[in-house]
Amino acid sequence: MMENTAPNSVTKMMLNVIYALIPGVIAYVIFFGWGVIINIVIAVTTAIATESLMLHLRKRPVKPFIMDGSAVVTAILLALALPNLAPWWLTFIGVAFAIIIGKHLYGGLGYNPFNPAMIGYVLLLISFPLEMTIWLQPDNNIGFTQNLSHILNSSAKDLNIDAMTMATTLDTVKTQSGLGQTYDTIRANHSILFGQFAGYGWEWINLMFLLGGLWLLYRRVISWQIPVAFLISIATMALIFYPATSTSPIYHLFGGATMLCAFFIATDPVTASTTPNGRLIYAAGIGVFAYIIRMWGGYPDGIAFGVLLMNMAAPMIDYYTRPKAFGES
Amino acid sequence: MLTAIIALSLLAIAFGLLLGFAAVRYKVKSNPVVDQIDALLPQTQCGQCTYPGCRPYAEAIAKEEADINQCPPGGEATILALADLLGKDPKPLNEKNGAHAEKTVVYIDEKVCIGCTLCIQACPVDAILGAAKQMHTVIASECTGCDLCIPPCPVDCIHVIPAVEEKDKVSVKVPFAPLLFTEPNA
Amino acid sequence: MKAIIEQAKHHFHGGLSLDGHKQLSMQHAISAALIPDTLTVPLLQHIGRPATAIVKIGEQVLKGQCIACIKDDKNTVTAAMHAPSSGKVVAIEHCAIPGMLKQSVDCIMIQTDGEDRWHPEIQPIAEPFNLTRDDLKQAILEAGIVGMGGAGFPTHLKLVQEKPVETLIINAAECEPYITCDAQLIQEQAEKIIKGIQFILHALNINHCFIGIENNKPDAIQALRQAIESIEQPPTKQQCFIKIVQLPTRYPAGGEKQLIQAITGKQIPINKLPRDLGIIGHNIATTFAVANAILEGKPLIERVVTITGDNIAQPQNKWVMLGTNMQQLLDTCGYQKKSNDEVIMGGPMMGAHLDSADYPVIKTTNCVLVKTKPIQTTSLPCIRCGECARVCPANLLPQQLYWFVRSKDFDRVQDYQIFSCIECGCCDYVCPSHIPLVQFYRYAKSEIWNQEADKEKSDHARQRHEFRQLRIERKKKEDAERKAKKKAMLNKKQGIDTSAEDAKKSAIEAALKRVKSRQTEQSAVAKNTDNLTEQQQQKIAEVEQRRKNKTRQNNNE
Repeated sequence: MMENTAPNSVTKMMLNVIYALIPGVIAYVIFFGWGVIINIVIAVTTAIATESLMLHLRKRPVKPFIMDGSAVVTAILLALALPNLAPWWLTFIGVAFAIIIGKHLYGGLGYNPFNPAMIGYVLLLISFPLEMTIWLQPDNNIGFTQNLSHILNSSAKDLNIDAMTMATTLDTVKTQSGLGQTYDTIRANHSILFGQFAGYGWEWINLMFLLGGLWLLYRRVISWQIPVAFLISIATMALIFYPATSTSPIYHLFGGATMLCAFFIATDPVTASTTPNGRLIYAAGIGVFAYIIRMWGGYPDGIAFGVLLMNMAAPMIDYYTRPKAFGES
Repeated sequence: MLTAIIALSLLAIAFGLLLGFAAVRYKVKSNPVVDQIDALLPQTQCGQCTYPGCRPYAEAIAKEEADINQCPPGGEATILALADLLGKDPKPLNEKNGAHAEKTVVYIDEKVCIGCTLCIQACPVDAILGAAKQMHTVIASECTGCDLCIPPCPVDCIHVIPAVEEKDKVSVKVPFAPLLFTEPNA
Repeated sequence: MKAIIEQAKHHFHGGLSLDGHKQLSMQHAISAALIPDTLTVPLLQHIGRPATAIVKIGEQVLKGQCIACIKDDKNTVTAAMHAPSSGKVVAIEHCAIPGMLKQSVDCIMIQTDGEDRWHPEIQPIAEPFNLTRDDLKQAILEAGIVGMGGAGFPTHLKLVQEKPVETLIINAAECEPYITCDAQLIQEQAEKIIKGIQFILHALNINHCFIGIENNKPDAIQALRQAIESIEQPPTKQQCFIKIVQLPTRYPAGGEKQLIQAITGKQIPINKLPRDLGIIGHNIATTFAVANAILEGKPLIERVVTITGDNIAQPQNKWVMLGTNMQQLLDTCGYQKKSNDEVIMGGPMMGAHLDSADYPVIKTTNCVLVKTKPIQTTSLPCIRCGECARVCPANLLPQQLYWFVRSKDFDRVQDYQIFSCIECGCCDYVCPSHIPLVQFYRYAKSEIWNQEADKEKSDHARQRHEFRQLRIERKKKEDAERKAKKKAMLNKKQGIDTSAEDAKKSAIEAALKRVKSRQTEQSAVAKNTDNLTEQQQQKIAEVEQRRKNKTRQNNNE
């Protein structure tokens, strides 16, 4: 009505998040091809279908909850986390699980303790480790139809595509440093994977997500505590262990899903901490876990696990960081 | 293989013993004092809980002979408070004991009253003023609405009326489900 | 006197920047009051107990005449009422009054005669600055002045204090959108306002005050400055200074606690009042009423009201006689009623939504606002975004309060300080799920108060019940004692010594017992008393003799 800063409806908030994701998605398509768009379409369709089904089963009004856009955002975030050549059923299972188990089992919008997109991602990561690593290399020239046919029918062995799949930058750095190589050596050996200051392609994608996130901050859709605390935390961890692991803070900040997490995943209001100080602790915790898993854990990117672990801690963090009310001594 | 089995079994036994010891040693003895329970009851002394008054009901709860959801005048608030005190789960009011109703008081129709004092003897809080062959009157501010005076009256001159809400008592009702909200036009 | 103007050094947490819509109603000067045909004067236009009417139906009253006064102890929270115009009292009956809650109180209806004649006793007070503090308090009590910012607390109770007061804060913030009555009053009557402030300073025995005013009122600030600079120091011992503190335009800067924090940096502790910190606050329109009462002897019978909103052709500020019907007021401002309009007394954030405009203007009516009714739709669940906590001026966690109220956990709700909530509506406003948060908090507060009242009642009932049981026990005991006594007396009268009778009875009983026991004994009697030898017989005779001698000896002693 009169407040001209924060948009005051859930739909508006979600729409703004979707707008902020667009630059990053465009960068994604430029570097990695059309696979991600197909995945997004499959994911969004699945999300809306499963959400309608669940609302109908739970005897809730369907229209207002579909229109709030939260399922769509969950779907897009999950699709962005999946490899660009993931078979359609992978996306489908992940999104269906995220919406049905990750969200509606707990009571629907506002009641889920865990980030649905991350729950779906972790399920897929643990259940289908092989399919979760079929990434197309950057700057491939695989056309839209080839992407589509591979996603829809992954059993058809397309030699062109098979020749062009490889691990991501993060993955490569992890496995090679596990073999004792330093970052510079890895960079020299796998130069196709590295760009100006971080993983090739990924640095631009992260930069675009950063810009989108800053726009969200400006529009007051998210508050500054979570992105700032997370980025500082992961950069600090990288700085502390820089000599040992030889991966610079810049590499971590612009590699993998860091910026996506900072501005879009960790800021999910339902599952994050709510008090201002609590948000700082929550986001810092995610940064710490993400770095540890990246460096010494079993997976190339630890964002998902970090988020889920801190989701568990969020209620306790809220309790202990309650602000003093006016006049409370 | 064998070592693994033995090791796990030993660990299991050890932890089991530890847990058992802790369960016994640190068991929280809940000793709800009858006074504490009685303080939560509405003191209507109506007997709807099947006990002759609030204190006997409180004693029965303390002895675990009665459940916490037998008090209609107390309603949901009392059940929640008792559940909180005793560490039990709250449950809905037992319909067999009656339904939660709005507060009422009684008044005596003075044209019909014969001054028999049966109602005065029945009132658990001495809210009826009167004497033999003298007019009986209910002091409305003291009446708890237990209705125990109505059966003894031989001429049926006692009537139930809704309690007048004091001016200070404001009840703001909120629709809990579905919630209504207003969408700004501008 | 030198005027000091400075920016506020502190700020309060949260708050909102709202579009003011202030220019809408400030196009013209404040127009004069119209004399309506009937005036409805409720006996409760303030916090506290209703006043007691002292006029009868049919009585002729003159303008400014006291028609209801304080019959209780002078320190009871109540205020006097006066006739806003001359006329005849036609009725004293229960009517609905405008407010947050549906209340109805006795109202005095006056039919005006159009002549608007002042009561002859309404005279300016000679040498007002020589009045003692108690005289000032009495004059304000008799003028029926209450807090005109909306709360309506009787002003005379906020003057002479037992505890020492250090700071006087005048609330000229007027932070709610649409309302401009205070701003225009300041622009037109700044000198009188300053004089009113001086009287209050004198009553409180302090020499400085702060005027808190939002910086979207530059004209009002200038007017105040000029007025302060134009007055000479009054002939009192103290030199006073008045500081104008400019506040950033942020709702709710006019909330008393928020204003005090912004000006002094102090937070009023929970469950305490500003006076516990030596601070007293008054609304700026109240100071004008005080000046009127002291300088001209006029009681509070009219005030400035902002009439504004949608569908009003001439939104403006008007002088309005208390008791004027709001519908009439709207009509004089060119109100075109639409079917989905609603009338609000006050501002859009905290005003009372009225079901119609058929209510009298009362002392605390600062604005009659017409807004198009918003469309009602279902709200979504809380998404825990935390916006509500960001804007809460009382630094509470509205989200947690909401969850606790939903689960009816009234203990936790109090732990999270629900009674510090000033119901400003900021949280409501920013909630993306459009949850009516303020309604939940009002519900919780009323439930807690009701539960406390119920507890008192039940404690009282328990006491009566226990006493009754005691009484019955005592009665039983007394009855039993009385019966026993009476029986004793009766028997005495009849010549029977009941005590001897009793003793006889017990003697007989004892004898019977002995016989019985002897009978049983004899069946187990010793068998060796027959066939005694001579030696044994001699021994027995000796023992018997000794026994006889001993008994004789005992008898002789």
